[in-house]
Formats: sequence, structure tokens, C-alpha cells
Amino acid sequence: MRKIVKYVVADILRNRTVLVYTVALFAAAFTVFSLEDNNSKGVLSLLNIILIIVPLVSIIFSAIYVYNSSEFVELLVSQPLKRKTIWLSLFSGLAFSLTLAFFAGVGIPVLIYQPNLLGLTMMAVGSLLSIIFVAIAMLATVIIRDKAKGIGAAILLWLYFSLLFDGFVLFLLFQFADYPLEKPMIAISAMNPIDLSRILILLQLDVSAMMGYTGAVFKDFFGTYSGISFSILVLMSWVAVPVWYATRKFNKQDL
Amino acid sequence: MIIASSVTKKFGRFKALDNVSTTCNKGSCIALIGPNGSGKTTLIKSILGMVVPDSGFISFNGKNIRKEWTYREQIGYMPQIGRYPENMTISQVLSMMKDIRNKQLGLDEDLVKAFGLPALLNKRMRTLSGGTRQKVSAALAFLFDPLVLILDEPTAGLDPVAAEILQEKIIAEKEKGKLVLITSHVLSELDEMVTGVMYMQEGKLLFHKSIQALREDTGEEKLARAIARIMVK
Repeated sequence: MRKIVKYVVADILRNRTVLVYTVALFAAAFTVFSLEDNNSKGVLSLLNIILIIVPLVSIIFSAIYVYNSSEFVELLVSQPLKRKTIWLSLFSGLAFSLTLAFFAGVGIPVLIYQPNLLGLTMMAVGSLLSIIFVAIAMLATVIIRDKAKGIGAAILLWLYFSLLFDGFVLFLLFQFADYPLEKPMIAISAMNPIDLSRILILLQLDVSAMMGYTGAVFKDFFGTYSGISFSILVLMSWVAVPVWYATRKFNKQDL
Repeated sequence: MIIASSVTKKFGRFKALDNVSTTCNKGSCIALIGPNGSGKTTLIKSILGMVVPDSGFISFNGKNIRKEWTYREQIGYMPQIGRYPENMTISQVLSMMKDIRNKQLGLDEDLVKAFGLPALLNKRMRTLSGGTRQKVSAALAFLFDPLVLILDEPTAGLDPVAAEILQEKIIAEKEKGKLVLITSHVLSELDEMVTGVMYMQEGKLLFHKSIQALREDTGEEKLARAIARIMVK
């Protein structure tokens, strides 16, 4: 498996897109930190950039990459290799490269300006988000064989997770404003990795005090160790479940 | 060596393989013949595990190939349209395959040399012509000295000189006691190579006979005319 991961990573790094992504993240992070006089405000601005850009780049780049390496996959499938190995190598290669890009792009500025628990949480969450969206992209590509449709679906999925889901939650909150929704909100937030990541970081900042009663309930739950472990577990399963299902599907696919 | 029993594969409502059963033994060179879309490539891909049959099974050396992968070490496959990572050079593709197969010694580089590939090693796959791609595919299929060679329209797109080299290589490998499965629409070139014929139509295997039996049945010496006679019937 290591061999194929090596070829995948080499191929991705030869492709300039990931390099441009790294530089863009780096530039954005430095700009944000030097614009704000308060580093913790800088983190907040950077958080918003990360929560939009990282999922977008991860999901679209991975989808395009998987479609473009159909030749490579076809070549490997006729060789003495397990299908599972091929598929998981593709996943690991993509996840590794994009996480590396994230670490290089955001990690360095964060370590300079915010070398504390908050910065570390942000790094962890950003890397997890990169991996989650690689996993979701691979699930989409294995279900949809057509390239144009598949990339379209990847864009829609990103739109759903970063915009539509929030709209849906707001709608729910207004409709059921008379009921106590604070606790169900915790469950609902687990259904979107981006929201979960946002909550995890916001609760490390002081602004959570301004979020009213919901903020208090969130702080009560996500502020504890069991709450944090719960959210990390949920984020992990956002990787594991799509990868597991996509691998199963790929095992039975005709090439 | 390869046994297929009641292999059926549907693509949607279209039956690509319909209850195909056959046995292929060592030391034979079998031509897989049939009209376009008769399921030849699907059968080959099922043997390689690239297509998963809906029902029936295929066994290789007595082992069911479903969920197996090591048996592919014994197979050299030349696809109909060789598709390779576009950004890699020929030498990178060759060394990658050696790396993946974990075989650096005992390689059969006859075809690499005969096709003049060493002069093109630094060319990227994207820039190659269809014929050169075919040469790379052929060289890769023979490179690891496999027991079974599966060639899907090997001479399509090759120039006459290269086609001749490939034919001689196929005959030489058959003489060594390997199993060669070959599909082609150019029946005249098969005459001197094959020992058996499988004829497929609309996903069904109509017959699998030795070439002598076919000649006797039809009374024709040339394969092309024998097949023509069967198709007319």
C-alpha cells in the first residue's frame, strides 16, 4: 500500500494546484493576523476563511483528481493488487497531501501568532475537515460515474454543508421557536462537520458568552471533556463512514 | 487453467455475458472471435476481475477469483485501449509497474527492445501516438514473463512491422507452454497462431473448438473462411 500512496502523493505534488492552495492559505492567514491588532480576533476571521475554503478545495480537488486518475486505477486493477489497497491508497494520498498543504499554509502563521490551545484546536479541526471532505468527495465519485455530474454533485455537497444546512437549521429554529430546541441542536450540529468544527473553536473563544442560552447549553456540553471527545468521535466517523461505504462500493464496481 | 462456469453479466437490461462456461488449458493459444459487442472484452475483464459477474464463477488454477488478487501475478494483460497516467513518461510507467509487481529480475524485455522503446523512454504518455501506446501495452503484458497472456486486439493500430514482431513473440510464448487468449477481428493473422477458437455472439459462447475440429466441420482450411461459413449459417 505504501508504494501506491507514494505514487499518488508524487503525482499530486507534481500538480501545481496544491501548491497554489498552500500559498493562498498562507497569504490569507498572514494577512488576517497582521490586519487585526488582537490575535484572537484574527483567529476568528481566519476561522471563517478556513471553514469556507478548506472544504471547498478538498472536495472539488479530490473529486477532479479521482476522475482524472481513472486510467491509473484501471491500470492498477488489472495488476496483482487488492482493490481495497488501491482505493485506500488513493484516499490516503489525497488526504495526506491536502492535510500537508493545510499544515504548511495555516500552521506556520498560527504557530507564530497563536501558539496555544486555540491555535492547536484550529489546526486539528482544519486537518480533520480536509480529510472529511476528501472522504465525501470519494464517496460521490464512486456513486456517480459521470465526471461532469460528479463534480457538480461535489459542488452541491459543499454548498449544502456550508450554506444550505445553516439555512435549514435557522428555518427549524424559527418554526419551533416555542419549544426548547437547545438540546436537539447538539444532535443536529453533529450532522454537519463544518458546524461542529465551528462550535468547537468558538467555544474556545470568549465570544461564546454572547450566544445566549443556546451558547450556554453548548458550552455546558461541548466545553466538557466528554463533549469534546464526542465531537472528535463524530468528526472521525465523518471520515470512516464515507470511506468504508465507498470502499465497499468500489470493490464491486465494474471498470 | 482458467475455468468459467455459467458466468452471466448484465449492464442494465443488456446481457453482456449469458451463461458462459468454458475451460482454457496451458499450452494453447485461443482466439476469441465474435462481432462487435458480443461480450469478448467483458469476458476478458471478468477473468481479470475488472468486471464482477452477476452470477457464475471463474476459477484460476483451481481457485475462485472472487476476492482473490494474487493470481493476477500470473497474467499479462494488454487492453484494447491502453490508458495510462498522462503525466508519466514511458520509463516511469515501466519502473512503476516493476515496483508494483515487485519484480526487478527475470524480466522479459524482448518487446521493449524490439519495439525501440528505449529511445522513447523520456516521452510522456500524453504525447504518444495510438500505435506507440499499443507498443507500451504489449511490452508491459510480456514484461513479467507471466503464465497467461490476455491480449485484447493486440495488433489493432500497430504498423505491419510491429504487428509481425508481436505475432512472432506470441507464437514463441505459446511454444513455451503458456496460455494465450487473444481477441482479434483480423482473422487472417490468427491462422498461424491459434490452436483453438471460441466464438461468441450476443453474450453467448456458441462454441469452443480446436482449430482442427473447426477445419473438419466446415471443410475450410483458412480460419477466415471457416468463420464466414459459420456466420452465414
